[in-house]
Amino acid sequence: MKVMLSLILTAILTENFILCKFLGICPFLGVSKKLNTAVGMSGAVIFVMALATAVTYPINKFLLVKHNMEYLQTIVFILVIAALVQFVEIVLKKFMPPLYNSLGIYLPLITTNCAVLGVVMLNISKELNFALSMVSSIGAGLGFMLAMVMFAGVRQKLEGCDIPKFMQGLPITLVAASLVSVSFLGFTGVVDGIFS
Amino acid sequence: MAEKRSMGKEFTKGFISENPVLRLVLGTCPTLAVTTSVVNAIGMGIAATIVLIGSNIVISALRKIIPSKVRIPAFVVVIASFVTIVQMLVKAFVPVLDESLGVYLPLIVVNCIILGRAEAFASKNPVLVSAVDGLGMGLGFTTALLCMSSIREIIGAGTFLAGTQSLLALFGENVLGGFDGFTLISGNGALKPMVILILAPGGFFVFGMLMACVNKLAEKKGKPKAELKGCSSCPMAATCSLECKNDIKEGNV
Repeated sequence: MKVMLSLILTAILTENFILCKFLGICPFLGVSKKLNTAVGMSGAVIFVMALATAVTYPINKFLLVKHNMEYLQTIVFILVIAALVQFVEIVLKKFMPPLYNSLGIYLPLITTNCAVLGVVMLNISKELNFALSMVSSIGAGLGFMLAMVMFAGVRQKLEGCDIPKFMQGLPITLVAASLVSVSFLGFTGVVDGIFS
Repeated sequence: MAEKRSMGKEFTKGFISENPVLRLVLGTCPTLAVTTSVVNAIGMGIAATIVLIGSNIVISALRKIIPSKVRIPAFVVVIASFVTIVQMLVKAFVPVLDESLGVYLPLIVVNCIILGRAEAFASKNPVLVSAVDGLGMGLGFTTALLCMSSIREIIGAGTFLAGTQSLLALFGENVLGGFDGFTLISGNGALKPMVILILAPGGFFVFGMLMACVNKLAEKKGKPKAELKGCSSCPMAATCSLECKNDIKEGNV
C-alpha cells in the first residue's frame, strides 16, 4: 500500500509527465485553451493509459519476454495501442454515446500521443509488476490531468494580458509553462520525505 | 535543371522556411526533453534523421501499393521498424547514448515530424525527392536541437560538447586527441552555472525565447509567425472524428 501511494504521488508531483518528463507536450500546448477541453482530453488520456498498460503488460510478459523478442516492443506496443484506441472509439460510439461525446472525440489524437507509449515503456523499464504498473499509469494520467487543468487556468488569465507582439501566442505560452514547471520543482524530495 | 533546383529547395526548406521545430512546431517533446546537453541533442538528431530518411524512402516506394484507408497504420509499422533498427544500433555501438536518451529513443516512433512528413510528403512524391526531404527535415530538426541544447548546456552546466567521447566510442578510444568538450564556467569562481536551465523549467523557457526570436525574424521578413495549430498540425487530423474537425473549424480547441 505504501509503495502504491508513493508511486502515485511520485507520478503526479515529482515526475509529472508533462512538466518534468516532457511527454504529451502537443495536447498540453494545443488543447489547454479551455478548461472543459482540457478536462475531456485528460480524462481520455487517463482511460487510454490504464487500458494500454492492462493490455500491453500481459503481451510483454507472456509473449515477448517468454520468446526473447523484447526488441519487438516498440512495434508491437504502438500497434496494440493504435488498434486499442480505434476499438474503444467504435465501442463507445455504439454503446455509450454520452461518454463518447465527452471523451471519444479526443481518442484518435491519443494514438500518436507520446505520453501513452511513454508510460508503457517506462513501466517496463522500471520492471514493475502488474498492479504497480496499473497504479503508476493511473498516477501518470492524474498528473497529466493536474498539469492540463492548472495550465488551462493560467492560459485563461493570459488571455486578457497586454503582451508584446513578438511574445504573443506560443512564446508566452511556453514561458508560462516554464513558470508552472518551476512550481512543480518545489515538490522535489517531498515524496521521499513523506515515506522515509 | 528544373528537377535539380527543386531538389535543392526540398533540401534547404527543412532548415529555415519550414524548420520542423521552430516553424512548424512539430516534435516538441524530444526538443524539450533531450536538449540538456549538446551530445544528447546530436545523438537524438542523427537517430531521428536516419529514421526519417528510411521511412520516407520506404513509404514513398510503397505509396501506390498502400491503400489510402489503412495508410496511417501502414506508415506507423514502417516507422516503428526503422526506430527498432536504430534502437538496436545505438544499443550495440553507443550504449552511453542509449542510457542518456532512455525512453525518448523508442518514442521517436510517435514523433509528429516523421509521421507528418510521411503523410504530407513521402506518400505523394517519388523516392529520391522524398529521401532528400527526409534528410533536409532531419537536419533541420538536428539544427534546432543544437540551438536549444547549446544555450541550455553553456548557461546551465557551463560546459560545451561535454561527453563527446561517449558519442565517439564507436570509433575507438581517444579519437580527436581525447577531446571531451570545453569547460566554460567551472563553478569555482564567483560565476556559477544556472542549473535551472538544464532542469525542466529551463527547457520550456529557452524554447519560448527561441520561438520569440524566430517570430521576430519572421515578422521582419513579412512571414506569418509560427503557431501551434492544435489538431490541424497533427498528422492524425485527417483520420480524426468529425466532431473534432468541427471543433477546429470553430476554433474551440
